[in-house]
Amino acid sequence: MNKRVATKRGELPRYRSFHPGTQPEYNYPPYASTQKRCPTQPLVVAPQTLSELTGPVFGYGDIKPTDHDLTRQHRGEPIGERIVVSGRVLDENGKAVPHTLVEVWQANSSGRYPHRTDQHAAPLDPNFSGAGRTITDAEGRYRFVSIRPGEYPWRNHYNAWRPAHIHFSLFGPAFLTRMVTQMYFPGDPLLEYDPMYNSISDQKARTRLISVFDWENTAPEWALAYRFDIVLRGRDATPMER
Amino acid sequence: MSLYASASQTVGPYLHIGLDWLTTRDIAARGVKGERVAIEGRLLDGEGVGVSDGLVEIWQANSHGKYAHPDDQQKKHLERGFRGFGRIPTDDQGAFRFTTIKPGRVPGPGGILQAPHLVVAVFMRGMLKHLATRIYFPDEQSNAEDPLLKLVPPARRATLIAKRKAKRVLAWSIILQGENETVFFDF
Repeated sequence: MNKRVATKRGELPRYRSFHPGTQPEYNYPPYASTQKRCPTQPLVVAPQTLSELTGPVFGYGDIKPTDHDLTRQHRGEPIGERIVVSGRVLDENGKAVPHTLVEVWQANSSGRYPHRTDQHAAPLDPNFSGAGRTITDAEGRYRFVSIRPGEYPWRNHYNAWRPAHIHFSLFGPAFLTRMVTQMYFPGDPLLEYDPMYNSISDQKARTRLISVFDWENTAPEWALAYRFDIVLRGRDATPMER
Repeated sequence: MSLYASASQTVGPYLHIGLDWLTTRDIAARGVKGERVAIEGRLLDGEGVGVSDGLVEIWQANSHGKYAHPDDQQKKHLERGFRGFGRIPTDDQGAFRFTTIKPGRVPGPGGILQAPHLVVAVFMRGMLKHLATRIYFPDEQSNAEDPLLKLVPPARRATLIAKRKAKRVLAWSIILQGENETVFFDF
């Protein structure tokens, strides 16, 4: 957790507003399910108080040391292309977000989730549950070992397929830094047609959801690596920390 | 150095796979002081149908009004083992239920005390970015002077205040659209 110094008035520095276009709208018609689930009244703009400037704190005691390796949760190895996904969690000021919980979940290599509502006619893998978690180190780094998730169909529009993706859930130091996102893979031809990916109007922000092939962390004779850095909301001013 | 925050994306329909391990329906363990309450309700879409692939997260102070967080520098007692975090997935009918203690008052803007409240984040399939709202408590005089409730149009304030259902049971639902649409905040 970052050591924070309160301003002279005893109040904590506030978090910045999101840059226009970098976040999705609640009402996004191309993603059909948003239509009955988006608020129709404007959000009430409110000041950030101690309640939002704090948030749950997790530590190494909350997870098992092997939780970051999705290929070692069962007796055998899962089918698929082994991958290493790593990166850094930073704030908007470029500062590392250390010791924060990162949760991931994903489909198996054939594009199937072991979930009772997933009816896709693709095989389940008894050696793959598809969930992992870790805590970032002092420099905000994290690392997962997994298999490359498969694409899968959904019923949003005719012949709709989700690009391969891994769900990421992060807390950061406050309620206001809570974030859930998805990581995509470079060169995926389905991205162009995906309403979730395309819900981000700012092209740079959208592209940052795509991981980068990571040759340096690619392990010879073992696994391809992808790099995915995540930026959480940052504080407006950190006067005492220059 | 200045970066833009990463874009939010939906939790999708299979959120349980990644998030169930941290399900926490009892926010205050035995030994944590305070008035014990159960809070129950439903997460309802624009047609009044329960959202079965949703998740509610709670963040709250203890009964003294102290958060289990290093930035809360108030000189108030904090019980060991009190985290103040809840994670409750909705069921097939979109219903959720959790138990906790009523929090104490915490400072708001300019040092004005806020009325007791829980901070709530709402996630679901069909929502690209989570929503933020609050639960306030019934029969609580300080609601009238709460700096955030005051910002809400009077006709909509009731959507943020739980209703008493039984002695230790409060009812509070999240209505995404239409009549009595819940107030959501932009911080």
